[in-house]
This record gives sequence, structure tokens and C-alpha cells, in this order.
Amino acid sequence: MPERPAKERAKSFQEVACGYTLENALREAQRCLLCPDPKCIAGCPVSIDIPEFIRRISAKDYRGAYDAITATNLLPAICGRVCPQESQCEGACIVGDTLEPVAVGRLERWVGDKALAEGWSSATSVEPNGFRIGIVGSGPAGMACAADMAKAGCEVTVYEAFQEPGGVLKYGIPDFRLPNTVIDAEIDNLRKLGVKFECNTLVGRLFTLEQMIDEMGYHAVFVGTGAGYPSMMGIPGESLNGVLSANELLTRCNLLRARDFPQFDTPLPAGRHVAVIGSGNTAMDALRVSLRLGAEKVHCIYRRSRAESPARAEELHHAEEEGVEFHWLTSPLEILDDGKGNARGMRCIRMQLGAPDSSGRPRPEPVAGSEFEFACDMVVYAIGTNANPIIGQTSKIGLNKKGYLSVDDELATSLAGVFAGGDIVTGAATVIEAMGAGRKAARSMKEYLGISGSAVGKKLFGIDSSQHNYARLRAA
Amino acid sequence: MYIKGPRPRPSSILDKVNPGTPSVFEIVAREDFSDATFLLEVRHPLMARAARPGQFVIVMSHPEGERIPLTLADFDARKGTITLVIQAVGKTTREMQQACQVGTRLHALVGPMGVPSVIGKATKVACVGGGLGVAPMFPQARAYKQAGAYVIGIVGFRSRGLVFWEDKFRSACDELIVCTNDGSAGIRGIVTDGLQLALKKHPDLAEVIAIGPPIMMKACAEATRARGVKTMVSVNPVMVDGTGMCGGCRVKVGGKVKFACVDGPDFDGHQVDFDDLMARLKRFAEQEKAALQRWSESCRMQEPPAPEALELPDPFEEVRGG
Repeated sequence: MPERPAKERAKSFQEVACGYTLENALREAQRCLLCPDPKCIAGCPVSIDIPEFIRRISAKDYRGAYDAITATNLLPAICGRVCPQESQCEGACIVGDTLEPVAVGRLERWVGDKALAEGWSSATSVEPNGFRIGIVGSGPAGMACAADMAKAGCEVTVYEAFQEPGGVLKYGIPDFRLPNTVIDAEIDNLRKLGVKFECNTLVGRLFTLEQMIDEMGYHAVFVGTGAGYPSMMGIPGESLNGVLSANELLTRCNLLRARDFPQFDTPLPAGRHVAVIGSGNTAMDALRVSLRLGAEKVHCIYRRSRAESPARAEELHHAEEEGVEFHWLTSPLEILDDGKGNARGMRCIRMQLGAPDSSGRPRPEPVAGSEFEFACDMVVYAIGTNANPIIGQTSKIGLNKKGYLSVDDELATSLAGVFAGGDIVTGAATVIEAMGAGRKAARSMKEYLGISGSAVGKKLFGIDSSQHNYARLRAA
Repeated sequence: MYIKGPRPRPSSILDKVNPGTPSVFEIVAREDFSDATFLLEVRHPLMARAARPGQFVIVMSHPEGERIPLTLADFDARKGTITLVIQAVGKTTREMQQACQVGTRLHALVGPMGVPSVIGKATKVACVGGGLGVAPMFPQARAYKQAGAYVIGIVGFRSRGLVFWEDKFRSACDELIVCTNDGSAGIRGIVTDGLQLALKKHPDLAEVIAIGPPIMMKACAEATRARGVKTMVSVNPVMVDGTGMCGGCRVKVGGKVKFACVDGPDFDGHQVDFDDLMARLKRFAEQEKAALQRWSESCRMQEPPAPEALELPDPFEEVRGG
């Protein structure tokens, strides 16, 4: 796929990957073998009918391709950009056994962008069924759940604490990977389905989950509030100025537009020498954002090696191209004070890989006597997050030991009618996994409500499902 | 599993505020206490009902603005409004001082945030408010009064002309000590002098609540430490989202890292590392000063501000006002 040159793009928030042209897309679509027993579908967390949408592209039925995707995934322009395809659909692709796998993600993105450009939407006229659904959090899990429930005819309201919807897609993922205009367009598509977005609403504190069910008349509620609560390491110097979480850096830059300070009021002092701790996708975003904010040197500090890095291959590759310095097998010991309360550098120690730990990855062990220091005036933590406590603080909902919401196999929580999915259940994961959880919760909610299309949707004892009076039936 | 069918929407106060309508945060009243301090009463029936003492909100005055945390100074479920008292010291708050008139709307208003203050069983409490902490002290004093405690209010101002809400405080307190720097009203001195008086007069003082600039809260905590009087403070670090997501508001409490937005903002004053808090409040001092300078030059103020007005008076006082 065409990309902006590394030197040029490393100073700009314009999107790195330019997207396929029609010719690119047609040529790539030709490469799909249209396997009768497609492995790619099984590799997709939401089971998109991949051969079908690619076949439609080849047949120049672009609208048909869009419909084939949106039958299971309403947000192709987003997923085409941010899914880790190499470990999902493309990782399972048969063509990939001998050649480059079919670029499913890029094709999906091309279809998604085409749909946005043409103004297509998957809004179908649905018969309202009278059920009211409340969704807490407007990130990928909430959006996916909202889409499915709205398509089933429910009246859906999505609550968001920030001033605009989108969740981590907006505040976390930078524009050069996923432009905010794309997210807004996909959100508009949800609005066309009848989904309402209510921003500036901190559920839990403004009203509780229990109030949503008992007083506000929601028949079912989905909680997709994300993980939040960034982890720190507990090493000396963490409260120095210049030390911040990747979430803070990214939120200031992406959502609050601190990169355009002073046209926008939110400040963000850009470091000249930035060190980012961690090597996941969030770390890659923080590294590349720091470059674009004008840092002269950007270091990535990770205690394992490149092979264990959790970031997507493409992200790592892009970061390397743009000039990020990677320090593999390096662990921070202390952040150094300049005497005025600011970070001036970092003391680290080299690591070596030992026997596998509980995660199955080799355990990094410090190499004695290998401590060293280097200069940096900004340190960004991207080492994961803990559970956000607000929902747990404000309701009687069941939590697990780590503070995440505990759910059963159907994603039902301990509160009747309340379902949950995404990072608030699993801890930090990917956008598509959150979407998958949102869709799974939607299936469970439909079953719980007795909406057709689910297992109990047919006539039961000769009584039509639209009467929805199973409770009484059961009692009888 | 119990399966519900659609049922009519139950009637409740939540129902009257249709959650489906776009939120507007209309300013319904404004009062100017001085050149710098002003009060905004904003319509938000849901929040007025949900708010508890000690909680705060985050405000954005316009789409390009920054999110600033402000502690609730009052809330009235009956009227459906919340009250904010703001000191115009930084770019955002000065801009708000000009733009936020009755009938205008805030771009964003989210809350109530933070864990509500625990209104304990203490029979005699002192509520100390200084600087920006004067107004947010009021809900706490009122709650203790309603809980049956003997409430000693201690509020500090620079001089007589800047005193506000005296009647309101008298209604919530059994005893009110007004402190002014120049002695033009009440006693001459700062709020810690008032607190010392109260400690001397009331050996049975069971709890102190202090809200204000960190240096003031630190002094209050030190004043009570020897006697072992429980002292709660409301910290005010730099914040972005207010929902626990960014960690910008982290403070050291008893050697542990806590997030003021979701673990606080109230903490045990004897445990808070105030030096750490004060250092972290200076994070954006340079940018804030530059923004204020730029704004002052560009906006159509009738009179150019005196050069000293551009100096941020005190990095600690400045924070809740952005």
C-alpha cells in the first residue's frame, strides 16, 4: 500500500498509509483464492465473510462488498486500519503459506473509505420493538453493541464521559493511524441507525447502573468503559514533571488537540529527548506522536527483545522507519531529577532472557553491573493499565480479584440485565476484540430480551415472540 | 433467566430529564464577588440531584478550550442547578469571566466526579476554606450541620471587600471565623491562625476539613498533626479526563500513588505528600503563562492589563482555575 515517506510523515499528523487506489484494490482482490473452506473467517474475531466481500470487489460490486462486510462489522474503515490482521485473517490466509497473504485489512479499509465517500450506510428500516438499551462508553465495544441492538430495532442511547464520542479511537489512536474524521463518519452512520450519543455523562456518578435499570427504564445495559487507570512502575522519580502516562500524552494531543496549542488551549510540553517505556501498540503511538510533536530523539525502552514486543509488526516497522531508537532488553531503574523537579534522564539496566515465565515468554533477568544512564526530559509510561474503579465504586456489580467486571460466558454481569465487554472485562486488548465482545454481548442481550433472531425468537407454545411475555409463560 | 418485555417508562426525576435530548449547560445566574472571583449557576438537573459534598466537575467553555476541574460550590436539586465559584487567574478562567454571562452555555460540563466526602459522625468539626477553597467548603459545612455536628467555619480572604457568602456560611456554621490578611474584617491573619484559635478554644475538636491552595492545606495538616486531629484535605492536581484514565492527577498519599479524580479528591491530610503535589502543579506553568500573555494581547480588552496582572499570582492558586 502506498505510504508517505518516513522523513516527511514523521513531522506530520497526516495519515501514514494512503490507502489503495481502485487499481490497487482490484489487483489485490484478484489474489484471493476464494477458498471453499476459508481459514480467514475463523481468524476474524467478528467472522466477516471475507471471501465474499473480496469476490464482490473483483466483480466490481463495491456496494455489495460493503454490505457483505457490514453484515457482521459496521465499522470497516476503522477495523481496516487498526486490526492486527497479521495475527488474524491475514495470518490464517492460505496464500500466505507461500506468498504474501491477501491484504484483507487494506481491502476492508478501501471498501470502508469508499462507503464513507459515497455516503453509503447500512441503515435499514427496522421495526422498533420498544426495548430501550443503555450503553456505557462510546468506544469500540460500545459502538459495536449499539449497532447490533439498533439493527434489531431497539432504542439505543450511548453515554460518553468525554465531550465527544469515540472512546479510545478518538483519544488514544492518533490521526496518522486513524483520522478522527473517519471515526466521526462511522459514528454518523450509527446515528443514521437511530443510535443516540449522550456525551458529558459519567455513568456511575451522574446516575448508577442500578438507576438505569430501575428508574430510567432501560431494559438492558451494556458496560464498555475500557480499562483506564494507567500503571506506573513504582521506581524513584515517577512524580517528576515530564513523567506522564501514554494515555495523558495521547489524550492531550489527539482529543484535546494540544498539538495545535495555542490555537487550542490544552498545553503539552513536548520533550526534546523522549523515552517511552513499553513496546505495545500504545507505546508505538506515544513514540510516533512524540516525534511529530518535534522531539529530537525518541527512545523506546523495553525489557524483553523485539521478538516479544506486543506491538503490531506494521507499527514497529513504521516506528523504526521514522527514526525511533529501540533499546531492547533494557529496564528502567530510576528517573533522574534535574534538581528543579523535572526529569533529566533515566538510569537503566540491561536484561537477558531466561526461562519462560507464566505468560510463556522468556523471563527477562537483569545483567549484574550493566547499569547505565542516558539523557531525556520526558518519560512516557506505556506499560498497560489497571481496571477503572468508577463502575465498581458506584454499583453492587461483581468484580474479579483484579477489579475488572466479572462476567459469565454470555458476558452477563452479576446484575440482571447488565452485560459487559471489552477492556473493562479482559484488561487492555485490541479494538477488534472489544468490538467482538460488544457484538457477543448484543447477542446475549437479544436472547435475554427475547428478541427474534436469537434462540428464543420463534413461536413458543404457539405464542408469538413479539408478545414478550415468557416470564409469565414460565410461571404458568 | 427472567425475561422482561417492553414496559412503559417508569416515571422518575430521571425521566423528566430526557436523556435523549442534547445536553445544554445554560448559565442561569452569575454573581461577581470581586475583580477576579465570580459565581456561575448552571442548569443541570441530573447533576444537581446526584452531587454530594467534595465532588467536582470538569468544564470546557468552548470547543477549542481546555478541560478544567472545578470543585462544586453548591448544588440544589430542587432548582436543578449547580454552582461554581471561579477565580480568573489563567487564560481559560479569564476568558470565562468575559464570556460566561447569563443565558450563555458551557461547551461541556461533566460530573459529579470523585468520591464524595465522608460526612462522619464527628460531633465537632472545623471547616477551613482559603483562596479557591472557600466556596467548595460550603457543601461540607452544610452536610456536617445537617448531620448534627457543631460546625466551626474558618474562611480566609485578602481583605473585607473580597469577603463573600458570609450569610451563607453563618447559616451552615455554629461559629464562623473570618480571617483577612489586613484585618479589615474578622481576625487579622490567615486561615491557619483561625484554625489555631479554634483548636485552642475547642479541645474536643474531632475533625478538620481543609480546602484551598496546597500550601494552606499543608499548614492546616501540620497544625493538627501533633494533636492527632483527623484532617481531610481536598487536593487539586492537574487533570485531563477526570475519570481515572490519564493519571495526570496522581498524588502520593502515605507513600502510595493515588489518582485524585477517582480515588479522591479527599485524602487524609497527614498522609498527603504536599511537596510532591506542589511540584507537580508547576508542570505547565510556562505554557499557561504564554497562553495568558497571548490572549491578553489579542483580546479586545478595553484597557490593557497592568503588566503585573500578567504574572500568575501563585502557581497553587492558579490551578483550579486553569
